[in-house]
Amino acid sequence: MIDLILNQTLNGLASASSLFLVASGLSIIFGVTRIVNFAHGSLYMLGAYLAWTLVGRFGPTDALGFWGGVLLAAVLTGLIGVVIEVLILRRIYQAPELFQLLATFGVVLMLQDVALGLWGAEDKIGPRAPGFKSFVILFGNRFPTYELFLIAVGPLVLLILWLLFQKTRWGTLVRAATQDREMVGALGVNQRLLFTSVFAFGSMLAGLGGALQLPREAVTLHMDLSMISEAFVVVVVGGLGSVTGAYLAAVLIGILHAFGILIFPKITLVLVFLVMAVVLVVKPYGLMGKAPVGHQRAHGPAEPLLLPADGLTKLAGLIGLIILALAPLVAPDHILLTLTELVIFALFAASLHFMMGPGGMASFGHAAYFGLGAYGAALAVKWLGAPMEPALLLAPFLAGIAGVVFGWFCVRLSGVYLAMLTLAFAQIAWATAFQSVDLTGGDNGILGVWPSAWAVSKPAYYYLTLAVCAASIVALRLTIFSPFGYGLRAARDNPLRAEAIGLDVVRIQWVAFAVAAFCAGIAGGLFAFFKGSVFPTYMAIPRSVDALLMVLLGGVQTVSGPIIGAFAYAGLSEQLMKLTMYWRFVLGLSIVLLVVLFPRGLVGAGLALRERWRKEPEPAATLVEARP
Amino acid sequence: MTAVSPAQIASAVAASEPVLVVRDLAKSFGGVRAVDGVSFSVLPGTMLALIGPNGAGKTTCFNMLNGQLRPDGGQVLLAGRPITGMKPRNVWRMGVGRTFQITATFTSMTVRENVQMALISHAGEIWSPFGRARDRHREAADALLAQVGMAAQAERACGVLAYGDLKRVELAVALANQPKLLLMDEPTAGMAPRERIELMALTADIAAAEGIAVLFTEHDMDVVFTHSDSVIVLDRGRLIAHGTAEEVRQDPNVRAVYLGTGATSGGH
Repeated sequence: MIDLILNQTLNGLASASSLFLVASGLSIIFGVTRIVNFAHGSLYMLGAYLAWTLVGRFGPTDALGFWGGVLLAAVLTGLIGVVIEVLILRRIYQAPELFQLLATFGVVLMLQDVALGLWGAEDKIGPRAPGFKSFVILFGNRFPTYELFLIAVGPLVLLILWLLFQKTRWGTLVRAATQDREMVGALGVNQRLLFTSVFAFGSMLAGLGGALQLPREAVTLHMDLSMISEAFVVVVVGGLGSVTGAYLAAVLIGILHAFGILIFPKITLVLVFLVMAVVLVVKPYGLMGKAPVGHQRAHGPAEPLLLPADGLTKLAGLIGLIILALAPLVAPDHILLTLTELVIFALFAASLHFMMGPGGMASFGHAAYFGLGAYGAALAVKWLGAPMEPALLLAPFLAGIAGVVFGWFCVRLSGVYLAMLTLAFAQIAWATAFQSVDLTGGDNGILGVWPSAWAVSKPAYYYLTLAVCAASIVALRLTIFSPFGYGLRAARDNPLRAEAIGLDVVRIQWVAFAVAAFCAGIAGGLFAFFKGSVFPTYMAIPRSVDALLMVLLGGVQTVSGPIIGAFAYAGLSEQLMKLTMYWRFVLGLSIVLLVVLFPRGLVGAGLALRERWRKEPEPAATLVEARP
Repeated sequence: MTAVSPAQIASAVAASEPVLVVRDLAKSFGGVRAVDGVSFSVLPGTMLALIGPNGAGKTTCFNMLNGQLRPDGGQVLLAGRPITGMKPRNVWRMGVGRTFQITATFTSMTVRENVQMALISHAGEIWSPFGRARDRHREAADALLAQVGMAAQAERACGVLAYGDLKRVELAVALANQPKLLLMDEPTAGMAPRERIELMALTADIAAAEGIAVLFTEHDMDVVFTHSDSVIVLDRGRLIAHGTAEEVRQDPNVRAVYLGTGATSGGH
C-alpha cells in the first residue's frame, strides 16, 4: 500500500512539471502585460510538434540530436511568441481586457490550423529520450527514469526562475512591472522591449513544457485546449502572477490526478474541482496570490450610458422577427435548419451577454450550461422516458442548478479570475459527461432525442424554437431594464457605491449568473431535440468560445449586440467551413483583425458611426474617456 | 412669522438626542493603534467636522462608521441602536447616507437614474425582474435633484459631468434613503474653492432643514471653520480636541499638531 502511494506521488510530480512550465509562463506574461494569453496552450502544442519534427530530423537516438531538438523547439516557440506579440498584442495593450482575450482566442484558432496544415490530423508518437530509456525499481515498482528526470525539471526551473528574477536586471524589471506597471514606465524603462522579451520568455517556457512531453505522450491537435484549461486551474489555485504558487498548485493538481485515477477513476476532475473550491473559499486569490489592487477598472473607458431602444430600433427588431416568422413560407428545409440553429445560438449568446454586459462577468465556460440543458433534456428522455414537452421544461433547471452551485464560487472573484474559474467549471462539466459512461454514454453521447410528433417537421420545430427563443430574449431584455437589471449594472459600474446604497452586490451577481445559466439551458434543451442527440462536445471549450465571440462581435455594451453577433458569427463560420478546410485560420485571422480595427464590436462601431453622423452638440456618452 | 416645517419641529424636539454616538472606538493594524478609544456624538441638523493631520486615523474612523471596517472595540449607536460592525449595505438600511472622497456614481446611467437606483433600493424593489426601472420614483428623484440644483442635468450621463456636479449627484443619491446621518469623506477634495463653499453651504442648509446630522472629514480649514457647528481633532488615533471651530482653533494641542499648516490658514 505504502509503495503504491509513493509510486502515485512520483507520477503526480512528473506530470506536474510540464503543467508548471506552462502555468508559470502564463503567470509571468500576465504579471507584466496584464494579458491572459489564451494561446498559451497552443504554444505548448507547437513546442511539442516542433520537438517531434526537430528530434526526428536530428536523430532521435543521438543524445545531442534529442536534447538539441527539444531546446531548439523551445527557442523557436519563444520566437513565435515574439511574432505574436509584435504583430498583434502590441496593438491592443490599451484595449479592454476582454478584447485582448478575444485576440488571443483568434491566435488559438489560427495556430490550430497551422498545426493541422504542417503536421496533419494524425497523432504523432515521439521517441524515447536517449539516456532515459530504462526503468529503476522503486518500492517494488518499475519506474521510468524519464519520469524521474521530469520530477527534477520542475524544481530546477523554479530555481532558475528565482535566480533570474532576483539576480538579473531583467528579472528585477519584470518583478517591478508586475507590481506597478505605470511606475516602471515612468522610470524610463523601454517597455516595448520588456513586454516583448517577457512574452517570448513565457512562450519559450510553454514550448519547453510541450517539447518535454514528447517521450511521454502522443502529440495531438487537442493538446492546446486541454492544457490551457488545466493551466488556468493551476494559475487560479496558485495565485495569478506567482511563480511559486504555480509550482505548488501544479504539484497539488498533478498528485490529485494521480491519486484520483487510483481511487475514484470516474470523478478525478470532480476531485480537482473540490480542491479548487476549498482553496478559493479559504484564499480567494489563490495559495500565493494577492487581491488585485485597483484591478477592476485597470484600463478601458468607463461603462457607457445604456439607453432603452428608440422607436426605430424596436421597429427594426419587429421587422426582423416578422421576417424570421415568415421564413418557412419561402425557405427550403435546409435553410430552415440553419435558421433554427441560428435562433438557438442567438438565445445562447443573449444569455451570456446578460451576465457579461450588464453583469460585467465574462464567462469562458458558458457552454457548460448550454450543454447541461441539452443533457437535461436527453437524460429526461433516456432515463425517465419523458416526451419532448416536459423534457424541455426540465432541461433549463439542470443548467440553472449548476449555475447556482458554480456561480456561488465565481461571483466571489472578478475580472480574469472569474473568467478562468468559469472555464475550469465548464471543463469539469465536460469531463463529467465524458467520464460518466453509464449515465451519459460518454463519448458516444445520447441518441434518439426526438421531438414529439407535432414538432417533427422542420417548420414546426422552427416555430417552436423561434417562439421559445424570442420570448426568452425579450424576457432577458426586459430584465435588463428592470430594477434588477439596474441593480446588476450598478454592481458592475461601482460595487462600492452599490453597497453604500444598500445593494447586496454578491447576491445580485449570483442571481444573474444563475439566470444566465438557466437561459443557456433553454437554448441547450432546444438544441438537443433539434439535433436528436447530445455529446460532451456541446460543453467543450470551442462552444464556449463561440458564445463569447458572438457577444463580443456584436458588442458587449449593447443589448441587441449578441443577437446580431450570433447571426453574423454563426453565418460567417458556416460559410467559411464550406469554403475552406482551414476555416479556423480564416476565422481566427478575422477575429484578430476585428479586435484591432473595431475594439467595440460591430454594433458598437455602428453606434459610434451614427453618433458621428448626428454630430450632437454634446459628446455622446459612449465616446467619453474614462474619468480619473 | 414664517411657517415652521414639520421637519424643523421634529429636529427641534429631537435636538437633545444625538443621532450618532460613538464610544471608545478602537482599531489596530498589526500592533499600530490607528484609532484608539475615540468617543463623540453628533446632534441632528448639525455639521461635525473630523480633522487631523495625515495618518491621524480619520479614514479608519470613518470606515468603521460606514461599515467598511470592523472595529476591534467600542460601540457605534445610530439613534440609540447599535450599528457596530454592520456591513455597509446594512448601515445604509439603518439610515446612513454616504459620499465618497473620489466620487462614486454609476457611469452607465443618467443622473436621474443614479438617484432612482438608490430610491429603488430604499423601496426594496431591487429583485423585481420586470417593469421599467426608469419609470419608478421619477418625481422623487427629480425632487432630490432639484434640491441639489441638478434638475436641469437629469438626463445627462454621469460619465460626462463636471466634477462639482458629480459631487452634487452623489449628495442627492446619499439623501435618497432619508438618512438620519450623512457621512462625507473629504467632500470638497478636488474642487475649486468657489465650488467648495457652494457645496458645503448647500449641505448645511439641507442638514438644518431636514434635521440630518452630518459628519465630514476635511483638509480645507476654510471649509471647516465656515461650515462646521463643531470640530473634533484626531492625532495618532486619539481624540485631542473637541469644540466649536473657534475653540479648536485656539487649542494649544491642536496648534502644536498643525503648526505651520492648519494654524496659519485660520489666521485670516
